[in-house]
Amino acid sequence: MPEIINSIDSTEKTGPVIHVTTSPHILEKGAGTRRTMLDVIIALIPVMAASVYLFRSYAVKQIVICTLSCLSAEVIFIRMRGKSITINDFSAAVTGIILALSLPPSMPWFVGVIAGFAAIGLGKIIYGGLGMNIFNPAMVGRAFVIIAFTGILGADAYSNLSGVADAVSGATPLTALKYSGIHTALSNMFWGNIPGSLGETSVIASVIGGLYLIYRKAASLEIPACIIATIAIIAGLVDLSCGHSGIFFYHHLFGGATMFGAFFIATDPVTSPLTFKGKLCFAVGVGFLTMIMRMYSGYPESFMFAILLMNAVTPLINRWFIPTPFGGK
Amino acid sequence: MGDYFLLAISCIFVNNILLAQYLGNCPFLGVSKKMETATGMATAVIFVLVLAGAITWALSHYILKPFDLEYLQTLSFILVIASLVSFVELFLKKSIPALYSGLGIFLPLITTNCAVMGVCLINIKEEYNFLETLVSSFTYPAGFGLALVLYAGLRERILLARVPKPLQDTAIGLVGAGMMSLAFMAFKGMA
Repeated sequence: MPEIINSIDSTEKTGPVIHVTTSPHILEKGAGTRRTMLDVIIALIPVMAASVYLFRSYAVKQIVICTLSCLSAEVIFIRMRGKSITINDFSAAVTGIILALSLPPSMPWFVGVIAGFAAIGLGKIIYGGLGMNIFNPAMVGRAFVIIAFTGILGADAYSNLSGVADAVSGATPLTALKYSGIHTALSNMFWGNIPGSLGETSVIASVIGGLYLIYRKAASLEIPACIIATIAIIAGLVDLSCGHSGIFFYHHLFGGATMFGAFFIATDPVTSPLTFKGKLCFAVGVGFLTMIMRMYSGYPESFMFAILLMNAVTPLINRWFIPTPFGGK
Repeated sequence: MGDYFLLAISCIFVNNILLAQYLGNCPFLGVSKKMETATGMATAVIFVLVLAGAITWALSHYILKPFDLEYLQTLSFILVIASLVSFVELFLKKSIPALYSGLGIFLPLITTNCAVMGVCLINIKEEYNFLETLVSSFTYPAGFGLALVLYAGLRERILLARVPKPLQDTAIGLVGAGMMSLAFMAFKGMA
């Protein structure tokens, strides 16, 4: 690959001064997949730090297993296709980290390995690699193991922890609220001192990372803002009409994967729509489906499924909102 | 009223005929390469199934059951569906020739579309009353149409992807369908 780039560079140097290129016109120097993925990893640092602080060895183990399995899956599958290795663009590492952070803390090592291989193999390589995938690879991996290992990844995976603070071991806030009516303090949800998947518990860490992503333009502001607004509106209306005095509202706004998912998973540029209106449509869909499934389906932690479903709708949304070209009618 | 609404939700999402019950996969793979044929197929199935559901329900309750002829259920249902499809085919050929030629072989294939037969049999098996039969005969194919249209969008996008050679076309289509089914699993436990 470097040889090709070098040869392109040399023709550009010797070729005519005016040359026509198709979009995207990358003006900023050093921008590209590698830089964007590095930005995502930097943005994930506060989330990883929070999860390592809260879940100790569980978080370290899980992040290492999932990242390694994603990287090795990428190497193996790319080799099988006879292409040059693209591992140094960090995209597989990002998939691995997000996958690890979206899974429950305690699970056998092989579940992480299977999730990583499903994410990279079924989620990405099978469609032709980065940029061609239809579903978010990390969410394909997660959904695959959640459905395949329902027993292992059920309530026990959140509550059978040892060597961590008692506060982070138990039923997740949304499950506890839905099935036993126990509610969690708002401040604990804010700092992340609650049971849940590794990366989703700490609201403050997700928001710091997410704002960095938006500042670096690696993620668009519309999608997270609109998802959070949709969830806030629906949860607020339900709360008001049923008289839960705010508890239902803040559980759904800060609990589950709302913040982590809105900033890090829904903003994946490959699997979300391209235009402004399309992004709004996508984000409202994610928020709406999340609330519907949280309230009525058997999976209270269903943010990830809502993203997968809206990934399936993304090609349609892109069809509906084709932008008018400059000077077009 | 609420019961009918729940039944509709369950038929469209929770027990989606394609993605949760895996019926009617041949037209799902066959006509989903282009959006126009997909929407055409979806409307044709809705049209046929509402008629077929109502007629087979009446047949089962007023002829087969009173005369103890339930062992003829499969045979008579096939007959009703086949003649209905021929009727729809004649109608489309005369009034919308473009759609007729677009659907091509797949319109006669509704005759053997297991989704149509399946819904008719589900209606009887679940002992729906006539109104419930109408609701389910409309919402099952609506769910079929929803999945088909979403899937056609996906396949149009897959066309642009550099899919590995052994997996092109139907194979990658089936993988995509499996993933949609995985996403629809999240509705389990609803309604």
